[in-house]
Amino acid sequence: MRTSFWLAGATVLALANPAFAGDTIKIGFVSTFSGPTAVIGNDMRNSFELALDHIGRKMGGKPVEVIYEDDGQKPDVGKQKTEKLIQSDKVDFIAGYIWSNVLLASLKPVVDSKTMMVIANAGPSQLAGELCSPYVFSTSWQNDQTPQAVGEYMNQKGVKSVFLIGPNYAAGKDMLAGVKSTFKGEIKGEEYTVWPSQLDFSAELSKARASGAASIFVFYPGAAGVQFLNQYAQAGLKAQMPLYTAFTIDELSLPLQKENALGVPGAQQWVNDLPNEANKKFVADYRKKYPGLRPTFYGAQSYDAAQLIASAVEAVKGDTSKKDEMKAAMEKANFKSVRGDFKFGKNHMPIQNFYLQDVVKEADGSLALKTVATIVKDSQDKYHEKCPMK
Amino acid sequence: MKAWLNARTIIVALVVAGLLLLPVYTTLSGNVFGLTLFTRIIIYALAAVSLNLIMGYGGMMSFGHAAYLGIGGYAVGILAHEGIGSGFIQWPVALAASALFALVIGALSLRTRGVYFIMITLAFAQMAYYVASGLARYGGDDGLTIYKRSDFGGLIDLSNRVQFYYLCLFCLLGGVYLVWRIVNSRFGMVVQGLRSNERRMQAIGFPVNRYKLVCFVISGTICGLAGALLANNTDFVSPASMYWTRSGDLMVMVILGGMGSLFGPVLGTIAFLLLEEALSQFTEYWALIMGPMLLLIVLFARGGIDGMLGRMRRG
Amino acid sequence: MLLVVEQFLNGLQFGLLLFLLAAGLTLVFGIMDFVNLAHGSLYMMGAYFAATFVVWTDSFILGCVLALGATLLLGILLEFVALRHLYNRDHLDHVLATFGLILFFNDAVRLIWGPAGLALPLPPWLTVPFQIMPGVYYPAYRLAIIVVALVVALLLYFVVMRTRIGMLIRAGASNREMIGALGINIKLLYTLVFGLGAALAGLAGLMQAPILTVQIGMGENILILAFVIIVIGGIGSIRGAFLAAIFVGMIDTLGRAFLPDLLRQVLSSSAASTAAPALSSMLIYLLMAIVLVVRPEGLFPAGRR
Repeated sequence: MRTSFWLAGATVLALANPAFAGDTIKIGFVSTFSGPTAVIGNDMRNSFELALDHIGRKMGGKPVEVIYEDDGQKPDVGKQKTEKLIQSDKVDFIAGYIWSNVLLASLKPVVDSKTMMVIANAGPSQLAGELCSPYVFSTSWQNDQTPQAVGEYMNQKGVKSVFLIGPNYAAGKDMLAGVKSTFKGEIKGEEYTVWPSQLDFSAELSKARASGAASIFVFYPGAAGVQFLNQYAQAGLKAQMPLYTAFTIDELSLPLQKENALGVPGAQQWVNDLPNEANKKFVADYRKKYPGLRPTFYGAQSYDAAQLIASAVEAVKGDTSKKDEMKAAMEKANFKSVRGDFKFGKNHMPIQNFYLQDVVKEADGSLALKTVATIVKDSQDKYHEKCPMK
Repeated sequence: MKAWLNARTIIVALVVAGLLLLPVYTTLSGNVFGLTLFTRIIIYALAAVSLNLIMGYGGMMSFGHAAYLGIGGYAVGILAHEGIGSGFIQWPVALAASALFALVIGALSLRTRGVYFIMITLAFAQMAYYVASGLARYGGDDGLTIYKRSDFGGLIDLSNRVQFYYLCLFCLLGGVYLVWRIVNSRFGMVVQGLRSNERRMQAIGFPVNRYKLVCFVISGTICGLAGALLANNTDFVSPASMYWTRSGDLMVMVILGGMGSLFGPVLGTIAFLLLEEALSQFTEYWALIMGPMLLLIVLFARGGIDGMLGRMRRG
Repeated sequence: MLLVVEQFLNGLQFGLLLFLLAAGLTLVFGIMDFVNLAHGSLYMMGAYFAATFVVWTDSFILGCVLALGATLLLGILLEFVALRHLYNRDHLDHVLATFGLILFFNDAVRLIWGPAGLALPLPPWLTVPFQIMPGVYYPAYRLAIIVVALVVALLLYFVVMRTRIGMLIRAGASNREMIGALGINIKLLYTLVFGLGAALAGLAGLMQAPILTVQIGMGENILILAFVIIVIGGIGSIRGAFLAAIFVGMIDTLGRAFLPDLLRQVLSSSAASTAAPALSSMLIYLLMAIVLVVRPEGLFPAGRR
């Protein structure tokens, strides 16, 4: 009698499980926490945690639990961790992803299981186009957008000709194609280097000098950006050929690039000194919580990802089974973004401004990134028409 | 009869039984991730078994075995991308491509010995890696997503986790059985004889290099099968799966498990991948523990896991 | 024409740097018959030590000298604690054990110095471009690398060919049992050779550091190149390593510099720029495969084995 009572109770519990599963809001966060690019993952985690602090670690009245997983910058590992989060931890949301190739490998299990996803960095063109999906959102950009802005800026500056250098992988090709699509001057040459193993750019720099171009454009994220700037400066090119960049100088690389980066412009959708209230709070509290560190655009995008998730959970008052209502809430981008207000395109990629950032010396002698101008307003990626969603 | 009842046989029997029953457990407990994890482990174990055939029994230390994982995978991926979804075409192509690659590089590499052999196999694998990176049409460096798994008509549904798991397990056990048959055949005896004294075998009159080449091609073909399975498991192929570090991982799995033992590579793969998974849950600095552990295993446990089990019988 | 001179220097500089790394590797391999995958970790440690000591001492030269000493000591310690127990094992045990060391060193560095990597800034007198010919400027620091590496190569040649230690080293490379039988303190010789190899790797690491960054895993890809070099040159042969290193450095640099333009003659521009980087990185491996197919023991096999 007693046993059957417990059995019945257990059955009821098991049947009612979906309602009980929502006791906490579970978020899986996939990024790189090992190897040389772990600095990026750490910054994303720091910012995500800070965002949770700011919203009281509760969403829709329920406590939030975040499970961080390391993809090791490898597509197959990233996919495996994504599957673990979905199948084993049964997360409500999945977020993060630095690398385009890791993201593309991990997308299928997310879409198949209809898990809500917020991408905080990677922006391959397929994601904005044919692979767009109802429950997948991005708080970053599509790869082409940033270099397009750089090309526009070079037009504004009246640059006559340019030599392009970038790594030979999809993001690298997207970046060079992005500049070419907007830059109106002459392209004197174009070089791709082996990614990520090639770290010596002497051959390419020699060719750039020999080409007689008026300027150089590069895209080198992470440590490669430090190496490129070192070698560019050592070759004495700084006085001869001004450098324009995308994703090459940020708060993580600047302490290593030091003076070499001084006066080298780049484009970004977020800079640490953007004058909105949410951003001031984000930057000030980040520097308070993590002394000695400064937030990067990777962090800003992760901070926004947490805010976007919170806005969805609030809209359904914590009932994460109402996916379509959460989707509708997220499409409104109804939260205070640290980049200022933005909209989502129908492919769930941001339509946003791009700013010119420059490296300047602060009063205390340290180097910092500063917003100089707005290059383009409300930029939308060029792939959105390929997205079948309405 | 009693000779069979030793620590090694018991462990192997337990592992096989555990692998066979795993889907029952995961279905009952609802933890499907265990199945996902072990599918991956089983596929790598098959690759390790194939490497063990040439490395453990044939004495040919290939540092380029990941190339076959990639070739098998790319055969499936490229055909799927071009709209040929049938597994009856994809898989034979994957096997044939791997066998052909093994034949060509084997014929060239077997001119060298020892470390030179290690490095020349590495060279060919790296070339394959760079060729794959240059395939702009198939994703280049970023890899190629496979939207639909190989289609075997009504025979088996690869998208069904349990069915796919049993297919992989079947391939693994089949691979182990094949290696066992080869090793105990006249052909296998010759190959093992070559490892201990090549000059003598040559003097007896065996066409040494031809025996080695056949063995090399069989190994590459089995590994190509593992590649086709891996591509279906991850729904994705990329040049990264051919990079030399992956070949190194495979070597470590084989050595860890015990070279030249039938089940050693399987145990080595399970231990290596499970440790990696478990330690990475426990700490981000998992390599800080794993590294010295490998060193200690070499220093104090000769012959890997299989060697340890063997000693338990004697001790 | 000026471009060719510049690219030639680039290739020479890269080749000489590779030689420093390969020299230690080929000595350890040739004499102890030991496959040391952790050689790349010593290269990394040299760079990390230099980046740390240069900041501490506030002097580039002094910091580098200290870093060299530290890498030497680390090498000797490593040999003494772990690796000497492995000499009479087979190569695969070496591979497994030193693979474990790579994992260990990478994570130990991450624990101590953090994941971000370090910068090793140059003193101002090394950052100016240097005019080598009218109209041809070359980074002074890269010239300095060429000079230092050439001096070290000459010293090494002198030590190996003209001194008693060198004689033992050469004897060890061609017949190990024999020098043991002659009553030489072989353990000490092994420790010395390993330390020397470690110091050379450290030197390569710290010289490369200002050009690249100091980061985790920096030794792994370059280690494979070093292995390629010693195999092309013939294991145990310093001369072979030197020639192969220059050869590989040249092929790598010149391939990257001129292959894209050559390909553009035959292919469309976009196809050429995609295929060229892959093809130029393949050249080195192609070279190695061809050398080994024609000469299965490398160009200069050291003794018979």
